[in-house]
Amino acid sequence: MIQRKLLSLKYFLFALIAGIILNTSCTSVKPYQKNKLNDAEMSLSSRKVEKTELNFQTYREGASGANGGKTGGGCGCN
Amino acid sequence: MRKLTLAAIGMYLGILSAFSQNNTSGSFYKPRKLQFEEANFVSSYYHQDGNNSAVTGGMGSEKLTDLSNSIDLTISVYDKRYRKHSFIFDLGIDHYTSASSDMIDPHTISSASHADTRIYPSLNWTRENEKKGTTFGAGVSYSNEFDYQSIGANINFAQKTKDKNGEFSAKLQAYLDKVRLVYPTELRPANNGGGGEGDENHYASTPRNSFSGDVAWSQIINQRLQLMIDGELIYQSGYLGLPFHRVYFNDATVHVENLPSTRLKIPLGLRANYFLSDKFIIRTWYRNYHDDWGINSNAVQLETSVKINPFFSITPFYRYYQQSAVKYFAPYQEHTVADEFYTSNYDLSKFNSNFFGAGFRIAPPKGVFNIQQINALEVRVGHYKRSDGLNSNIVSLSLKFK
Repeated sequence: MIQRKLLSLKYFLFALIAGIILNTSCTSVKPYQKNKLNDAEMSLSSRKVEKTELNFQTYREGASGANGGKTGGGCGCN
Repeated sequence: MRKLTLAAIGMYLGILSAFSQNNTSGSFYKPRKLQFEEANFVSSYYHQDGNNSAVTGGMGSEKLTDLSNSIDLTISVYDKRYRKHSFIFDLGIDHYTSASSDMIDPHTISSASHADTRIYPSLNWTRENEKKGTTFGAGVSYSNEFDYQSIGANINFAQKTKDKNGEFSAKLQAYLDKVRLVYPTELRPANNGGGGEGDENHYASTPRNSFSGDVAWSQIINQRLQLMIDGELIYQSGYLGLPFHRVYFNDATVHVENLPSTRLKIPLGLRANYFLSDKFIIRTWYRNYHDDWGINSNAVQLETSVKINPFFSITPFYRYYQQSAVKYFAPYQEHTVADEFYTSNYDLSKFNSNFFGAGFRIAPPKGVFNIQQINALEVRVGHYKRSDGLNSNIVSLSLKFK
């Protein structure tokens, strides 16, 4: 029971922190100002070269997901 | 007078042609033929070793090598309403050899189970309305190896904000899999396959289904910082263990691993990338995970892209991971007959791990090796070390064609 309450509190705090960050510190960036953000290294997805690393982590670790890789299913992995 | 009139007409025509050169927004040309966008080839070599093999009840060699190759191809076309349709075809082929899989039949020096090949193609389609900032998509996938077949499907949606600084995305995915019940030879029922060459059809199969929903929000914070929050909910049902994993009880009897037939997973992730300067970019990722088998875990990755020049960068990285054990885990000969569910798979035990390495990326304007079509080359090497003694090394190569 206590564990469930702690879990719910954790998700609530996660959402609250995310909301605060998104709503209080964002500035609107025009397309012509996005030269730094458009750099290939700034992409918010995993690199293509990391594909197999994500795969072996899915097999060798009990947790998966939230990283663009497998979350379970499609393989005999965890 | 005639000269003056001609001069006036000439000036008038000149003014008209000057205005006719203006392009209004939305009237620029978009190709209506299928166009090649890009292709990516990724190849990697993975080698691991440890001493807690699940096939032999939590002890024994975990030596394994895996050679993995994949290629993905993206082509696109615009329709009459200027919406961009993209088709992404992906094909992967993995070949692995495993000392522990070889112990499914412990009475042979080397059996057919010591190696296997997995083939996994997928096809995805997206339709993007660049004006409205909306994207719809769908995809199918297939995977086949000797003891595991999978059919998957997904649908997805994304919507950008009006100022194109934020984007909400959602994805629903399902995998309908079949596990071939290849038990350890000494535990096989009388009607289960003999395991020899040509006996493939004698193994029974059982389903494993996975359903997931993923929502994410990406946001530009300022000209140097952007981040993404990602949350998933995954539900699995069916045969969720592996039939060739042994478990030794404290009374010296041996059993096949037995895990619950349902599992609920909740990973939450956060990515933040920061353009520190023209020379340094910092990439970070954090994930918190919880499931109803008892695993709570945290993972954090930090990567720095060091730009030696605009076309060459070095990327050192470090990843730390920790997890608690599933409720059903116990080491070799520590399970009892009173346990309803039991496993000695150390991938589900309590451990922490460190994964570190570096890579480099080359993207010269004239193409890699002066071949214009090879847009970029990336190489990455990593060492993975788990607290229970498992170690592995991986080297990967990626080529981007445009």
